[in-house]
Amino acid sequence: MLPVQYYLGLSVILFTLGALGVLVRRNAIIVFMSIELMLNAANLTFVAYARVHQALSGQIFVFFVMAVAAAEVAVGLALIVTIFRSKQSINIDQMNSLRG
Amino acid sequence: MVDYVLFFGLALVAIASALGMLLSKNAIYSALNLVINFVSVSIFYLLLGAPFIALTQIAVYAGAIMVLFLFVIMLLGAESLGLSSTLPWQRPLALILAGVLLFEAAYLVVAKSGVLTRPGPVGLDFGSPAAVGEMLFSVYLLPFEVISILLLVAMIGAIVLTGRRDRMK
Repeated sequence: MLPVQYYLGLSVILFTLGALGVLVRRNAIIVFMSIELMLNAANLTFVAYARVHQALSGQIFVFFVMAVAAAEVAVGLALIVTIFRSKQSINIDQMNSLRG
Repeated sequence: MVDYVLFFGLALVAIASALGMLLSKNAIYSALNLVINFVSVSIFYLLLGAPFIALTQIAVYAGAIMVLFLFVIMLLGAESLGLSSTLPWQRPLALILAGVLLFEAAYLVVAKSGVLTRPGPVGLDFGSPAAVGEMLFSVYLLPFEVISILLLVAMIGAIVLTGRRDRMK
């Protein structure tokens, strides 16, 4: 069994790539995918520590995070579709006016 | 030895697919790269003794959520929005901030954790669907019910948000 720090290091790299995607990309859908990547990196840490402490609660929490991510994606993509209908674009630089 | 080869090979696949998601110009390629990333992370879950979570990851993330993403990308026809940015100073600043984040988190992992902790062996039923289900329906019954209500609200919200305005009036 590998040391848990290896998994933590991988999780850190994946989380940073996700945060970089949120900051750099202008396509709203890719920003959403980057958020999913960050959630996934956090889940990897939960599972790794569940293994270390031999406690199933970490895995249960990953299950809940997945359910929340599914709900978030459903509502977020509905919002993107609505914004695309009114602005004809999903470039987040153009979403700078509060009045639709 | 096999563990090391498996871990570093899969870690390479996971990081390369995350970079591919980040850098590809076409949003559909990004989504497919993210599917590869989710599958490789689910194999990490298997290595960490979480078979139920691993298969849930494939079914929910790589299956349902990514199909939803691909569906919306194709519905909007917005797959090739370039890397163009209206704020010129934003990209260098983002790279610097991401570097700081990576350095801080890596410092916490390397310096604060001290000696390498190797997890001991676990029983065969650790993380199995039976064990996870038993805990989910006894200790975590209330959060489970709350999650079901959250999913229902999200479903109603998605339908209300995307409904045609003229039909709602």
